[in-house]
Amino acid sequence: MTNPIDLERMRAEFPILERETRPGVRLIYLDSAATSQKPRRVIEAMSSYYEQNNANIHRGVHRLAEESTAAFEDARRRIAGFVGAATPREIIFTRNATEAINLVSHSWGGANLNPGDVVLLTEMEHHSNIVPWQMLAAERGLRLEFVPVTDAGTLDLGAFRDLLGHSPRLVGFTQMSNMLGTINPVREMAQLAHQAGAVVLVDGAQSVPHMPVNVAELGVDFLAFSAHKMCGPTGVGVLYGREALLDSMPPFLGGGDMIKRVRLGEFKANDLPYKFEAGTPAIAEVIGFGAAVDFLSEIGMPAVQAHEQEIIGYTLERLAEVPGVRVYGPEAAQRGGVASFTLDGTHPHDVAQLLDDRGIAVRAGHHCAMPIHEKFGIPATTRASFYLYNTPTEVDRLVDALYHVKEIFS
Amino acid sequence: MDDLYRELILDRYKHPQKRGTLDPHDYSYEDDNPLCGDRIRIDVRMGADGRVADASFSGVGCAISQASADLLVESVVGKTLEEVKALSKDDVLEMLGIELGPVRLKCALLSLKVLKAGVYGVEEIEEELR
Repeated sequence: MTNPIDLERMRAEFPILERETRPGVRLIYLDSAATSQKPRRVIEAMSSYYEQNNANIHRGVHRLAEESTAAFEDARRRIAGFVGAATPREIIFTRNATEAINLVSHSWGGANLNPGDVVLLTEMEHHSNIVPWQMLAAERGLRLEFVPVTDAGTLDLGAFRDLLGHSPRLVGFTQMSNMLGTINPVREMAQLAHQAGAVVLVDGAQSVPHMPVNVAELGVDFLAFSAHKMCGPTGVGVLYGREALLDSMPPFLGGGDMIKRVRLGEFKANDLPYKFEAGTPAIAEVIGFGAAVDFLSEIGMPAVQAHEQEIIGYTLERLAEVPGVRVYGPEAAQRGGVASFTLDGTHPHDVAQLLDDRGIAVRAGHHCAMPIHEKFGIPATTRASFYLYNTPTEVDRLVDALYHVKEIFS
Repeated sequence: MDDLYRELILDRYKHPQKRGTLDPHDYSYEDDNPLCGDRIRIDVRMGADGRVADASFSGVGCAISQASADLLVESVVGKTLEEVKALSKDDVLEMLGIELGPVRLKCALLSLKVLKAGVYGVEEIEEELR
């Protein structure tokens, strides 16, 4: 059905995986949940754009402007296809997933939410899907409710059903937790939320890079994701929105490109998607994002997911061997390629620093998810996160290094 | 041996000299670094001669934050308040004897921030450590 990933060929696509972090120490990159590495063709798509086509888009009539506009809009079309959007008009370019969520809170939230309205989120959200709503709640007098997380690291779906009884206007949740790795049942949750009359926003920052995601099949209204976590460059993200909803929403930022006509006393907003894209966008980055989506499409997202399932299964198995290691989150079957853990008697910063001595890049801290750390009573964790270029041998190196850390701190 | 974890730091982390609380004390302050969950409290007791008679620290955190607190607290015993106020970032780094990147620098300097906030007033400290 899906061709397994040829790891040697895959790794050769990523120039950075060749580098040493200090003499004789080859990089082992286990921090893809923070940002992924970039394949050569994404880097080349961007430098080729700058060397051959660079011009501002949508306005110029000269050759370069036409080429740049075509490349930019073609990338939008491919990204729309990648997530199953009905039309490229439903793909709004933002700076990142965070800005995409802020677009929804400002524009949709600003136009639709009133004092006393309920917004339902979950305890496992990244700060980017909590803080924008806290800001709007303070301004508008909204009530925020949170679906609790079970000890096993999954959403309490019984409590979710109960909380829908508060008739939330919007239900916002992550498809995959960046700390626990938990993959949430989006389709089922979206269906229940819609039955309760809510608009559904999904944070896809961790899921879109790692598994097949189709907005039509999932039945979501908004989906936010970032290019840089899926082999693309930093500085560009996407808000997918259902066309009818986007049409009904006021603009977000004002400026050039988002208008049809401006008089000194008024403006008329442009059509979708430009209505939400004020100013010159990250043109080279969008083109790089297009190349990233082509790269992932050729491999096939089912193959990416299958590879990560294998790696995370092996990681959980190996980490379970190490005395004093505690991994948070569900079984491999319910999670993506993320393992956040603590090591008894050793602070995550010390773990990460000692792993770095061996070229192993992991994240230590709260991973922008303080509430879920608090829930489990820990200030911080060490997080190893995987992508399509990681190998079982790298997992072995991680485990060897953890034994070394234990030795130093014993 | 890994550079950052030279013997002094690990030894202080595992066997601190000045861990604990002081009661009574003249100055006590606690603060945290929410980014990594380090938390340090420092208690200071003054002697009749106007010098620090004793000081102690308590809290949780990484080896760098805890070892630097232990070294710092030990170093202030016998100092006048003016001398404590004059302690700088470089003094702490010299005690630790290591080079630190920007993230770990915050771990190393949390104890200095707490100590000075205790004897000095918080706003001035943030100005000084900027």
